[in-house]
Parts: sequence; structure tokens; C-alpha cells
Amino acid sequence: MSEPAQFTCPVPLAVKDRIVLGHGSGGKLSAELLHEIFLPFLRSPTLNRLDDQAVVQVNGSRLAFSTDSFVVKPLFFRGGDIGSLAVHGTVNDLAMGGATPLFLSAGFILEEGLEIETLRRVAESMGRAAEAIPIEIVTGDTKVVEKGSGDGLFINTTGIGLVPDGVHLSPLLVRPGDRVLISGPIGDHGIAILAEREGIEFATELASDSAPLHGIAAAILAASPEIHAMRDPTRGGVSSALNEIAARAGVGITIEETAIPVREEVRGACEMLGLDPLYVANEGKLLAFVDSRAAETVLDAMRRHPLGSDAAIIGTVTGAHPGLVLLRTPFGTTRIVDMLPGDQLPRIC
Amino acid sequence: MKYLDEYRDPALAHRLVAEIWRTVTRPWVLMEICGGQTHTLVKYGIEELVGPRIELVHGPGCPVCVTPLEIIDQAIAIASIPEVIFVSYGDMLRVPGSHSGLFQVKAEGGDVRIAYSPMDALRLARENPRRPVVFFAVGFETTAPANATAVWQARREGLRNFSMLVSHVLVPPAIRLLLESKAGRVQGFIAPGHVCTVMGYQEYEELAARYKVPFVVGGFEPLDLLEAILMLARQLEQGRSQVENQYARSVSRSGNEAARRRMQEVFEVTDRNWRGIGPIAQSGYRLRPEYAGFDAGKVFGVETVTAPEPPECISAQVLQGFKKPLDCPVFGTRCTPAGPLGAPMVSSEGACAAYYQYRRHAAPVGAQS
Repeated sequence: MSEPAQFTCPVPLAVKDRIVLGHGSGGKLSAELLHEIFLPFLRSPTLNRLDDQAVVQVNGSRLAFSTDSFVVKPLFFRGGDIGSLAVHGTVNDLAMGGATPLFLSAGFILEEGLEIETLRRVAESMGRAAEAIPIEIVTGDTKVVEKGSGDGLFINTTGIGLVPDGVHLSPLLVRPGDRVLISGPIGDHGIAILAEREGIEFATELASDSAPLHGIAAAILAASPEIHAMRDPTRGGVSSALNEIAARAGVGITIEETAIPVREEVRGACEMLGLDPLYVANEGKLLAFVDSRAAETVLDAMRRHPLGSDAAIIGTVTGAHPGLVLLRTPFGTTRIVDMLPGDQLPRIC
Repeated sequence: MKYLDEYRDPALAHRLVAEIWRTVTRPWVLMEICGGQTHTLVKYGIEELVGPRIELVHGPGCPVCVTPLEIIDQAIAIASIPEVIFVSYGDMLRVPGSHSGLFQVKAEGGDVRIAYSPMDALRLARENPRRPVVFFAVGFETTAPANATAVWQARREGLRNFSMLVSHVLVPPAIRLLLESKAGRVQGFIAPGHVCTVMGYQEYEELAARYKVPFVVGGFEPLDLLEAILMLARQLEQGRSQVENQYARSVSRSGNEAARRRMQEVFEVTDRNWRGIGPIAQSGYRLRPEYAGFDAGKVFGVETVTAPEPPECISAQVLQGFKKPLDCPVFGTRCTPAGPLGAPMVSSEGACAAYYQYRRHAAPVGAQS
């Protein structure tokens, strides 16, 4: 019988010469790409802040500026489609900086063979979504690539918004004692997409939460000036958003598992597929980091808004364990909530 | 989810913990075999609740972790062939082979797809009659019935473009190896509930009798595991070495006979190399000769691909419960889920990855916020 000393183990792998899907997951691989490739070459102090939106001064006004590309599959899903998602996604990035969204651009990359009717439905949906906000799509571009060079339809949107006087939001303002609020149940978008794609029958009633967040953001900012930062936890889910804030602000965050709202269908699908809702994408939820004295006021304001009726306080910012997000289980034990190295799911936003 | 919540009730959990503490009069070392159980124990911090009187060490029951390097290399060779649609459980994609991984193959243009069931691969074979579809059949006895059924069905339908790269492993031979090792310190085992759902637990009765060590067939929820720990603690304190069944809502003594018949029809027992552990006699399944036409290793002529595994990390000791992930000098520094040195850091069921994900804050921090 052999003894353990003789047992062996695989060699390390250092294949880093190609893009893999995980680079687009919003997790650690995405962060590596930013820090090793883009930031050193692009050399912008504003970009280096790595906020969801850039806030720049123009003639005394503070403009919020953000861009996002949408490659979701399937193009149409319960609760939305790539068109409405492309409007909501960029509007939400602006809104998380406290900005009032003003104008959007839209760039389309179409694959040869795409049905015109599909494009018509997407454009119609974009128009409807923009009108509801309201935001005007003022410029655009269309390119067609050969069959096989795209996947039907990709959309990029870029948005400009105005940050009102007196609104200052930044991860750097987050400090120990702040409470962490979420505007509603998590994981709906990611699981709705997955259910659509994989045919998970018990979750077929579930819809994506895709929605514009500028209204609820404005409502809570009006309710209290003590909101320090906001994030919409899209790719990589709540966990990635919390980890980003913890790292940027140099603080720790502790969340309570029992306080985090998750729909039954989402919990069920996650159990079945071995996923954790904390890592699943949302497209209509916001996280707010609020001074503890104002937390109840902000929670009330969230709950009064139609998009925030199930809002909850889920955790606290702490000076202990800087950079680390911990979750307290119902058993009173704690565990780490990490940023995933790559994808938990195939691409979903 | 109501059904699951009953097995996660904090009040009941604390009652079980108190009962465990009342029962034990000295420290005991227990091992859970299955990676799914490891994941639950680490995720819910159950070690914190029952330690230090009960020490939990983690067994080799992570199929992704123990799939041997040469099989990964064979998978990579097949997946790299143009025209092949290579279908795998998601976790296998990140496992490093000798020089590459399936994710790299995909990035370089290989058609590698993630499936939740071998039936998805079968469907792809029907839909793409001109392309070879290969399913990567890994796992313990748990996934064997579904994989066997897929091959059986393919043969019945005459799906000639479907094949399977089989690397099935069996639990009892690995436990025997652990029990015969001089370095072994495990005093009781939580037997794998899903494996026993298929296999029953007669095999474990032989092990219990021969090695005088107790087994409790356990489930996968926190209360399942706490109850299994309590049952083991009682056996150990009373000097018994029997097989008891905590997971009776799923497991019977004789298991699922229909599933086993299908497995026996398609698979035969073979020697198998375990990654990080080495060869274990009669510890795996391969396709029977009459199913050779569905054996991807033979179909694509990659059976001769071999790969030596140079000594590098301590995963062998971790997989056998001799050491814990936190004992490893490169844990969390040179070895992380993004850049794994050893297989237990790859799958979420691997002990190292579970520790990295949930417990690398070694000191308790519950009171800090």
C-alpha cells in the first residue's frame, strides 16, 4: 500500500494568451483585463476610478457618461429583450451615479442573415423603453458582419446624464457603520434567462427584472442626503458589486443571509443547478450604502417606489476585515462571499 | 423550497449541536466522502459548530478533482478535433490538463458545450447527424445510471455519431485504500447519500465489519450532516461499528436495482487512476466490449495518451484527509480557483476551493461587525 508522500498532483497551468468567456463575467478575470491591459494604456484618471459611470466637469456642470454593450442570448426573454435591456442597462449606470439621464446613442452590430422582423421588434422595444424613461436616443450606428462573425445582434448604448448639485456618490464615501440596502429580490434576470435557455419548467413564470432605476434612485436621493454610494448588481451579481465596493472603499462588509430577499423560483432553480443567487445577474435592482441613521428613511423611500416594494436592509459596513465580504448564515457561522474567478453562468447580459 | 428549509432550520441545528456536545467525551475524527457534503459543511460553517471535539476531514468524493490527468488530456485531444461537438458538465471545463484545458480549447475554436445531463448530448447527436458528439462521462456511482442510459439509448437508436469518454470512479475501493493507509486517522465515515441511493449500502457493511469502523449514510443539507455526525458520535462512544442510514428519505439498503442493472449492462469494473492519489484496483467503470463503438477513447484513438503527474502540491493528502486545505503553504497565494495548482481547487465540490470560497478568513469574525 502506498503512503501519501508518494502521491502526486498536477502541474500548474499558466495559459493566459487567449480571451476566455470568464473575461466577460464581471469577476476577477474581467478585473485582470482592466488592470493589465486597458488602464495602463488608456491612462485616464477618471477611468481609473472604475465607477459604473464617469463623472466629468463641463462648463460648471457635472456630466455622467457611460457605455455598455449587450450580447444577451436569447434576444427575447420573459420580462424584456435585448432592446429594452440596452436602454435600461446604460440608464442604470448613469442613475447609480445619481445622474438624471438625458441622451443615449445606440450602435448595432448585425449578423448577415438576421431577420428584419427581429430587428424591427428590437428597435420598437428600444423606442418604447426610451420613451417610458424618458430619454432620447439621439445618434446611432449600424454595421453588418458576415454570417458566423456575430451572434444575430449585438447592441452598444452610450448615455449622458446630468448630476444634480448636491449629489455626491462614490465608493470612497462608504464607511464603517453604513448599512447596505437592496431594492428587491435578487437573481431574477439571470435565472429568467437561464430558465428560457435551459427549459427549467418550474421557473417559466419568472420574468427578468429589467427596469430603469433612475426613478427609484432619484426618490431615495430626495429622501436623504446620507446615501454614500449606489450600485446596480448586474453581471457577477450582488457578490461582485459588494466586493468592488469593499475593495474600493477599503472596508469590510457583513451581510445577513436571512435578510436577503430571493424569490422561491430563483432559490429553487439555484438549488437545482448548483448556483448561488448572490452571483446571479440583476437588471433592475440597486444596492445603496447609507449612513446608519438614515437607513430606515431610505428603506421607507425605496419601499414606497413601485420598483422597491420588497426592499431590505441586508448588511453593514465594518472596519474589520477590509476588502472582505462576509455572510452570516442562519446558524450564526460566517463565510466569505467572494468575487468569482470567472463565469457562473453562460453570458446573460 | 419548503421541503429544503426544514433541513436548514437554525433552532433544530442548534439542538443537534448541543446533543453532539452532550454525547462526545473525547475528540473524534470523522470524514465525509462526498464533495457535495464537503460543500455544505464548509458553506454553513458546520465545522465551527461541532469543533474541536469533532474534527471533520474531507474525503476524495469530488469527481472533477480525481479525474486523472491523462483522461483530461484525452478529452482535450478529442475536443480539439474539428467537427467534434464535445459535451461536458460545466465544472470539468476549468480543470487543468498537462498543457491546456477545455476552456482554452473552446477559446481556440473548439466546439465545447456545457450540459446538465448526458441526455442533452444525445439530443445534440440527433440534431447534428453529420458531426461526432462526445459526452465526457465523469462521476461516481451517482451519475453512472444516467450515463449508462444515454449509451444504451444511443445503441438502441443506432446513433453512430454519439460516443462517450468514460472516467467513472467508485467510492468503496477509495475508502478501503484510506483505511489500509498507515497515515489514516479517520475514525468514522459519513457515507455518500447519492451514491448509496443508487448502490444501497451493503458494500459499506462489509467495510464496517472488516475495518471495525462506523458508517452513517448521510444527506446533503446542514441538518442531515449534523444528524449523521451525531449518529457517528454515538456509535463511536458506544464502541459500535455499524452502518446506519440517516438519509432514509432517499436511500434503502439495496439501493436502486433497476439503475444498477442498466449500469451493469453497459459498464464493467476496471482499474482506475485517481488524480492526486494514484492507481486503485477495481475502482472505476468502463464501457463493456459490446459498447466499444460508443467508446470515444477507442473511436478517436486517444487511449494511448498518457500524462505523468510530477509532485507539486499536497492535494493527495487533502483528498485523503491527511491534511486540510489551510495546511497547504501555497493555499490562497500561489494556488487559487483562478489559477489552481491542484484539482481540489478547481471544482466547487473540491475541499480547497470550498475553503477558498467560504473559509479563508481562518479566524472567527462573527463578532466583528
